Amino acid sequence: MKMETKLMKGNEALAEAAIQAGCDAYFGYPITPQSEVLEYLAKEMPGRGGVVLQAESEVASINMIYGAAGAGFRSMTSSSSPGISLMQEGISYIAGAELPCLIVNVNRAGPGLGTIQPGQGDYFQSTKGGGHGDYRLIVLAPSSVQEMADFVFLGFDLADKYRNPVLILSDGAIGQMMEKVTFGKFKPNKVDKPWATVGKPATRERNYITSLHIKPEMLEKHNEKLIAKYEEVKKNEVRFEEINTEDAEYLMVAYGLCARICHKAVNMAREKGIKVGLLRPITLFPFPSEKLNLLADKMKLMLTVELNSGQMIEDVKLAVNGKVPVEFYGRLGGMLPNPDEIVNKLENLIKKNHAL
Amino acid sequence: MRSEEHLLVEEQLITAKDTKAEKTTSEKEITEAVLPDKPRCLDEEYEMVYHRPKTMVDVSMHYCPGCAHSLVHKLVMEVVDELGIQEETIGVAPVGCAVFAYDYMNIDMSEAAHGRACATATGIKRLMPDRYVFTYQGDGDLAAIGIAETLHTINRGENITIVFMNNAVYGMTSGQMAPTSLVGMKTTTSPFGRDVMDYGEPIRVSELISHLPGAFYVTRQAVNSATAVRKAKKALMNAFRYQKLKKGTSFVEIIGNCPSNWKMTPIEASKFIDDEMIKTFPLGDIKLPKGEDLKLLEEVK
Repeated sequence: MKMETKLMKGNEALAEAAIQAGCDAYFGYPITPQSEVLEYLAKEMPGRGGVVLQAESEVASINMIYGAAGAGFRSMTSSSSPGISLMQEGISYIAGAELPCLIVNVNRAGPGLGTIQPGQGDYFQSTKGGGHGDYRLIVLAPSSVQEMADFVFLGFDLADKYRNPVLILSDGAIGQMMEKVTFGKFKPNKVDKPWATVGKPATRERNYITSLHIKPEMLEKHNEKLIAKYEEVKKNEVRFEEINTEDAEYLMVAYGLCARICHKAVNMAREKGIKVGLLRPITLFPFPSEKLNLLADKMKLMLTVELNSGQMIEDVKLAVNGKVPVEFYGRLGGMLPNPDEIVNKLENLIKKNHAL
Repeated sequence: MRSEEHLLVEEQLITAKDTKAEKTTSEKEITEAVLPDKPRCLDEEYEMVYHRPKTMVDVSMHYCPGCAHSLVHKLVMEVVDELGIQEETIGVAPVGCAVFAYDYMNIDMSEAAHGRACATATGIKRLMPDRYVFTYQGDGDLAAIGIAETLHTINRGENITIVFMNNAVYGMTSGQMAPTSLVGMKTTTSPFGRDVMDYGEPIRVSELISHLPGAFYVTRQAVNSATAVRKAKKALMNAFRYQKLKKGTSFVEIIGNCPSNWKMTPIEASKFIDDEMIKTFPLGDIKLPKGEDLKLLEEVK
C-alpha cells in the first residue's frame, strides 16, 4: 500500500484506519467527544465495502457487535465514558464468549454526565474488567493521532489472536486534536474463524456463541481458560515507551495525553539539571509491571501523573512493591496540568524526600 | 425418514381432529393429540408418521412438563427442516427459559444478553443478508428489558424473524410479573393480582409493533390445541419464507403456557389460554403483506 500523510483529527484517523484494517462492521451511537468516528464511517464505509449502522443506544451497539463478531466479522464500536458504561454488560458477555472485537473509549471527565473535556477517570473500568465477572480487556493507550490510527491495526490483530475484546483508551484531547498521520504502514491481517456462527454445514457440528456455563465445574474451567489466556497476553504483549531513563534518578509514569505533557516536563526538568525520565505504558493491560520493577532499582522516586484522582498509581505501586516511594499528581474534571506544575511537584517531592 | 407421503398422513391426522375440535380445549382432545391412531414404531413393517425434526438435537429438554417452549422449538426446527435451510440459518437465544435453545436446535446459534437478541440478530443479519436469522424471545426479554431494541429493530425493518413467546410471566426466575401479565393476574411479585393503577395494562406487543412500517408480517398464534399448533406452524413457515423478500421484519407472537408458574396442570393451562389469555391477546393475523408484496410472495413459494 502507498504511504500517505494527512492532517486529521484523532477520531477521523481512527475511523480511516478501521476501514484500512478491514473492519467489516461498525455500530455506534453519537456522543461527544467521539461522534466524528460515526460521522466519518457513515460517509466513507458504505462505498468501501463495510457495514455501518447508527444504533438506538450504546447498549444496542455493543450487542450488534456481539452478533457480528460472533459471526466472525471484524467489528468495531466507539463511544465516550457514559456510553462505555452502558456497554459494560455487553462487553462482559463478549469477553465471556471470547469474541474478538475493537472497542474505543474517547475518555471524557466524569463521574455521571461530567463534561466533554478529556479525562482518564476510566482507567479502573478499562483495565480491571469494567463489567460484571472476572475478565480483562487488552487495553491500548494512544498518545498521538498517529497512534489512534496504528493501534486500530494492532487492536484488531490482538483481538483475533487471543479471541478477546481490545479496548483503545483514548481521551477527548487525542480524539479532537489534529496532527499529521501516515497511512500505509500496515495491512489488514484477517484470520479464519471456524468457530463463527455463519450457518452450520453438514460437515461440522453446530457452532454456538455463549457465555453461559450453568454447571459451576464447567464455569470454573472456563474461567481458568480465560485466566491462562490473560497470562499469555501478559507474557507476550506488554508495550511501553521509555524516555530518558538511562541515567534517570527520578521517573514519571504517565499514559496517553498525560505522557505528552510529562515528556515536556521531563525536558524542562532536565534543563534544570534534574535527572528524570518517563515511562509511558502503551498497553495498560497488560501493564508493564516487570519493567517498572526493574526501573525501581535505580530510581529514588516515582511520580505518576494522571487526569484523575489516582488510578494507575495503584498498578505502579503493585509493580514496584515498595522499592521506591510512588507519588501522585493529577488534575480533575477535564482540567489539564501544565508542564510547569508537574516540574514544581517533582521539585517539591525531591526536597521533601531529601528532608526525610 | 420424512417424506411427502408421511407429511400428508400427519396432516390428515391433525385435520381429522380439527373437524372434531371445538374452540375450547378439552382433556379428551389433548389425549387424542398426544396419542395418534397409528402406533409409533421404528419396525419396518409399520409406517412412520412422526419423527423428531433432523435439526433437533436428541437430548432431554429442561422444560417443565406441558410447557409450550419445547413444542415451539420443534415447530421452528420443522420449518428449518422443511425449507431445507439448516446451513443458512442462525438463531439467537434469549435470557429466560429458552436460554438453552442452542442445546436443542442443531443450527449455529448465538446466546444474547437479556433483551438484546434483536440487536445481536441485527449484527448477524447486516453482515450476512442472505442468511435466515431469527430470535426466540420471551415476554420479559422482548417486551420489558428489550423493548427498545425490539422497536428499533422492527422500525429499521431488519429482515429477521422474531418468535415471541408470551406466557405472561417470567418463567426462568420462577413466576414474577411480566409486562404481559394479565390484569388481576397473581404472580410472585403481584401477590394480590396485577393492579392497573400500579403497573398499567399488559403490553400488546403485536398490535404495538404492527404500526411500524418496518413490520412486514405480524401474527399472534397459540399452541394449546392441534388446530392452533397447525396454524402456528404455518405462521412460522410464512415468517421464515418472507425473509427472502427483504421487505421487513416478520413477527410471530405465540401465546404460550407456563403450567409451573401459573400453578396449573398442563390441561388447565391450555384451557386458561382459551378462557382468559385470548381476551387480552386475541389470536390471528394482525398485519399481512399487501399488493405488490403479495405477488412477490408467490415467487418465493
